[in-house]
Amino acid sequence: MTVAVEESPVKKSYKWVGTRPVRHDGLEKVNGKARFAADMTKPRMIHGHVLRSPLAHAKILSVDTTEAESMPGVKAVVTAADFPPPSKNEGFPHRSSNLIAREKVRYEGQVVAAVAATTRRQAKAAAAKIAVKYEELPHVLTVDEAMADGAPLLHENLITKGLDTTPKQASNIAKRDYFEQGDLEAGFAEADVVYEHEFTTKVVHQGYIEPHACVADTSKDGRSEIWCSSQGHFMVRSATAEMLGWETSQLKVIPAEIGGGFGGKTTIYLEPLAVKLSQKANRPVKIVMRREDVFKATGPTPGTKIRVKIGARKDGTLTAGKAWLAYESGAFPGSWGMLGGWCVFAPYDIPNVQIESFEVVVNKPVNIAYRAPSAPMAAFATETVIDQIAREIKMDPIELRLLNAVEEGDYNHSSMVGTFQRIGLKETLEAIRDHPNYKIPLGPNQGRGVATGFWFNIAQSSSATVNLTENGRAVVVTGSPDIGGSRVSMALMAAEELGIDVKFIQPVVGDTEAVGFTDVTEGSRTTFATGMAVVRACRELVTQLRERAAIMWDCSVEDVEWVDGKAHHSGNKESPLSLAEITAKAKKTGGPLNATGSLEAKGQGPAFSTQICDLEVDPETGKATILRYTTAQDAGTAIHPSYVEGQMQGGVAQGIGWALNEEYIHDKKGVMQNPGFLDYRIPVASDLPMIETVIVEVPNPKHPYGVRGVGEVGIVPPIPAIANAIHDATGLRLRDLPMSPVRVLEGLNQQNGVG
Amino acid sequence: MNRTHVTCMINDDETEFLCDNDESLLDALRDEVGLTGAKEGCGTGDCGACSIILNGQLICACLAFAPEANGGTIETVEGMADGDRLHPLQTSFLEEASLQCGVCTPGFLMAAKALLENNPDPTETEVRYAIAGNLCRCTGYDKIVRAVLGAAAQMRKNPIEGARP
Repeated sequence: MTVAVEESPVKKSYKWVGTRPVRHDGLEKVNGKARFAADMTKPRMIHGHVLRSPLAHAKILSVDTTEAESMPGVKAVVTAADFPPPSKNEGFPHRSSNLIAREKVRYEGQVVAAVAATTRRQAKAAAAKIAVKYEELPHVLTVDEAMADGAPLLHENLITKGLDTTPKQASNIAKRDYFEQGDLEAGFAEADVVYEHEFTTKVVHQGYIEPHACVADTSKDGRSEIWCSSQGHFMVRSATAEMLGWETSQLKVIPAEIGGGFGGKTTIYLEPLAVKLSQKANRPVKIVMRREDVFKATGPTPGTKIRVKIGARKDGTLTAGKAWLAYESGAFPGSWGMLGGWCVFAPYDIPNVQIESFEVVVNKPVNIAYRAPSAPMAAFATETVIDQIAREIKMDPIELRLLNAVEEGDYNHSSMVGTFQRIGLKETLEAIRDHPNYKIPLGPNQGRGVATGFWFNIAQSSSATVNLTENGRAVVVTGSPDIGGSRVSMALMAAEELGIDVKFIQPVVGDTEAVGFTDVTEGSRTTFATGMAVVRACRELVTQLRERAAIMWDCSVEDVEWVDGKAHHSGNKESPLSLAEITAKAKKTGGPLNATGSLEAKGQGPAFSTQICDLEVDPETGKATILRYTTAQDAGTAIHPSYVEGQMQGGVAQGIGWALNEEYIHDKKGVMQNPGFLDYRIPVASDLPMIETVIVEVPNPKHPYGVRGVGEVGIVPPIPAIANAIHDATGLRLRDLPMSPVRVLEGLNQQNGVG
Repeated sequence: MNRTHVTCMINDDETEFLCDNDESLLDALRDEVGLTGAKEGCGTGDCGACSIILNGQLICACLAFAPEANGGTIETVEGMADGDRLHPLQTSFLEEASLQCGVCTPGFLMAAKALLENNPDPTETEVRYAIAGNLCRCTGYDKIVRAVLGAAAQMRKNPIEGARP
């Protein structure tokens, strides 16, 4: 279902954009030929194994590799001594510091050394012979523990930034961000209803199915070729170069197909280790992470503690909002609290606001982005309190949101937005209000919850090169790894611009030597920003095609128009020339036709999603079963609607897992107890219903096709939508994740005076 | 080094390979035979990315020892299409946009094939339970379930020649 809200900024209807062709890379993915990171093999290749810390926090007293080096098959061993020290200003995400532990290990699973040997078995056996002496230190695992007075310190020199007075003593609080507007006290005084509650969320993992893997082949001339899966191979090149102290020109990074990322592959873990091992062994080296290590040493998104206070008048007008947010950042500082603060009230126009957020280091893996990073936890708090207000004043929760929803011209205090341009929050709310699923009657123990969510769209650098072939086909090369169908979206935009059938366009992800610099596939930016680069290159090509037609017709280029894939003579003196007819004559009119579009994109369009969850709570077990799920999201323009729906559905499914099941569980020593998919349970097919999608299209006025970010926002509303539905079903207000059967049952028992 | 010699039929090809006795069938397929369609997502039988059919039985190749395949018959995603003609499930997955990153796709295709060979007319719930051993983090399963139901309908209309009854 698609709701077209207004005409596109450019033209009303498209020939290719908005259609649903089979993706160009699909065939290889259904016949097993697509090559993911671990599928690469090279002649003479040997295997790496990484030794990781068994302790959450410890001083490293010594690392002795003597015995390991003499083990059978061993070709190379690397330790921290093989890598330059991290730059003092390295900043988020502290890749060099995180690459390999130096004086200290700061979480269980941190890299201490790596071995390469002829077989995986030999490498593993040798790694076990590396003798590491540790002095165990006390650790902290939650924001409460880490922020407590006298807490053990992860970094002895970490001074909190962003306080009014710079503290003299180190702490685990890396940064505080603060924003206020209006008069908070007056705002709350104006309110008829005020609610304030505290919420906690647990660490969860992106859970991509493909573990991190790479092959590095370093030659004696000091160059290395890296084959790996990531969300950005240019990032892999620059980060690996930095960690090795090399020039970027020494590295070529070839993107493998990527088996999921969701933000978790916006950084690197293995590549510098593999390059160095390969250099020492003079052999190609492959390293594949085990799933256990993926959980223990990559990814996760922060655990949080958030307090939100919101005031409203009886008529539903929100008068004041106050938020206090503490986000874990793992073992090194991040920007998660700041992002949470930017998102916590973003959907609402609240005149009086105060937001204070903190980044807190803990002895857990370094957090990295996970789909709309930081927004779901903040939305959990805000959207639950909003639901409570709606019930108290007996107003429909969608109407309450509509009354206070931000629109064009409203201010957003994040540095990424400022003043909103045309946005589609109200349209997603109306789409849900008017959806038949909002009115389906519910049975006993069943409940309905709604919630809305906001997320940014980031722009950054993108490059595309479009080459026309001699028979009139187009090869579209971009630098953006295709994580969920972006190649076909690039091809659709190119087809629209050039006027040729989308099946005659071959979209390709080029390696770091084949296409211009392109930032990471993140922030819902690829179809938006890399799409703009493709459009720019295609428009340059159309100019060239008109020039070539003018040469063929011996007329002025002003007399040539490009319409629907053909050059037309303005005086109709010549029969139109197709693109293929022009490229066939290219040798006689000036040579091959190609063009490059490179840009630092601007005009990103934030996205909103509003969702309805219907569920049933089993009073015997506390298990919440999702009965129906409906999501309405503003996509700007859906270039390939099937893949827009796919992003919406995927985000919802991840949100459902986060809400109901997923959490990192640590023992008292800080050792993760559930580092596998059996005990860290992500949703499976039998847990979910069909996920109904409504694509709302409020075109982004700053994009040639009206595209706005699509990939991330879908994960923002599910947690509060589910919490609100559980309340509707049972009367329980759950404010701690996950809302697992045990938690729900505890709540029900308390409600009934049992236990 | 004592390695075990294994002879088996893989996708209708008589195949021989050497393996260690405690090597997983998944590692043998990927490293010794060179068939990388089956993926390792977990190595513990929890994600289904390495699903293959061994002697007519859907299994996680990471949980079988390679020597167990000796004298057996293996079907992997690489053998699913009949020459240029895709299996209806493959076509359906493409048309329904059932894959995003695609790393779990080979496992889902094998699990769905095993289901439809035993139950040509499954309900949505039966499909969901049949593929519950396969994890997909991208799609939320909606388009996968639709593709399996669509392929089942297609196959009931036009049965594949040579398929088991």
